[in-house]
Amino acid sequence: MALSREQIAMRVAQELEDGFYVNLGIGIPTLVANYVPKGVEVMMQSENGLLGMGEFPTEETIDPDLINAGKQTVTAATGAAFFSSAESFAMIRGGHVDLTVLGAFEVDQQGNIASWMIPGKLVKGMGGAMDLVAGAENIIVTMTHANKHGQSKILKECTLPLTGAQCIKRVITELALMEIKDGAFHLIERAPGVSVEEIQEKTDGDLVVPDNVPEMNV
Amino acid sequence: MSGFNKVVNSYEEALEGFKDDMTVMIGGFGLCGIPEGLIDQVYKMGNKGLTAISNNAGVDGFGLGKWLEKRQISTMIGSYVGENELFEKLLLSGEMEVILTPQGTLAEKIRAGGAGIPAFFTATGFGTKVAEGKETRNIDGRDYVLEPSLTADFALVKAWKADTMGNLIFNKTAMNFNPMMATAGKITVAEVEEIVEPGELDPNYIHTPGIYVQRVIKGNNFEKRIEQRTVKA
Repeated sequence: MALSREQIAMRVAQELEDGFYVNLGIGIPTLVANYVPKGVEVMMQSENGLLGMGEFPTEETIDPDLINAGKQTVTAATGAAFFSSAESFAMIRGGHVDLTVLGAFEVDQQGNIASWMIPGKLVKGMGGAMDLVAGAENIIVTMTHANKHGQSKILKECTLPLTGAQCIKRVITELALMEIKDGAFHLIERAPGVSVEEIQEKTDGDLVVPDNVPEMNV
Repeated sequence: MSGFNKVVNSYEEALEGFKDDMTVMIGGFGLCGIPEGLIDQVYKMGNKGLTAISNNAGVDGFGLGKWLEKRQISTMIGSYVGENELFEKLLLSGEMEVILTPQGTLAEKIRAGGAGIPAFFTATGFGTKVAEGKETRNIDGRDYVLEPSLTADFALVKAWKADTMGNLIFNKTAMNFNPMMATAGKITVAEVEEIVEPGELDPNYIHTPGIYVQRVIKGNNFEKRIEQRTVKA
């Protein structure tokens, strides 16, 4: 069975380590906050100027001056700090954030990522994504393996304008966890009940498959 | 009256000298921490041909979305269009020039502009459209793009508290781009929720020192609209 959005987030959450400062992008990455493993403490960085994002507020504590990068109302966790956008991206660009999780339209086997525009159709803007992929060593991309027409988004070469060049090393989709190295995708884990053949079929890029591909624990 | 008293009492006075074709920075992230009254005043004045520098462009009908309605902006420099339909339409049709800039690069361009740094190298955007036509350099084995800094004729910022001398304190994530923009405007106008007498703000906790601020106005009616109202289940 392909993973649900929640299960993808659960798998990503297994990568969290105690003491990590983490930046979560919009969409599936946001859900990762719901699955922080027991005994692991992390501080969420929100690039609009908050380190230590807390849970959503109640109707009584809602504050229009306190939002996350997805423009959702949030709270500040114990030990949080507020700062300017320049300070926020100094943290990001300077490599101080331990893990970045973000979504994408396409990823290719060189580690290129496209996530911010579809020429002539959709222009969302890159927001902080270009800075995040340029600044972070440890990035996980969460995305669907193929689009709704069944076309692979795990490519030999990205077709859309890039967000970053040669910067992505790990991708988690509803089917598989893959690493990118030496110009190819390497299959590390598969979703429970999903066959290697199905993953190969839905992967356009070169896919290196080891003899044994364990199922994810989600 | 003290030569350091920056307080003005009307939006007209706050925007005296604001003209067509000027470059203007507007603080805020989404609708959080935007100078609502100053934005409305520019909308009322109807100035055209503006180069607007702001992370976002408001939403349809609110914030900078109003300037878009009147086609007051000829060039928009920002990082995220998001869900603003009119913005996306004006961009795709070419009616408005849009210079999409990575958010961290935008913040740093403004910070650098206010700090007298003409340009800087950043890895952000290397190998993408953002780097097209720009000087690049390999420093210690990594590739960087040269990004020129930004300044503006006017910077319109929103702060929580000010004293009459223009020292500013921001509130929570309503800080965002406001402190850098305050440093990068030839004329910086701060719209605030409360104005106190000098000495009432603890000098230890001033975010923006008054030297950067030319005018302070007390906003009379902040709507503080929320884009994504999310509460705990």
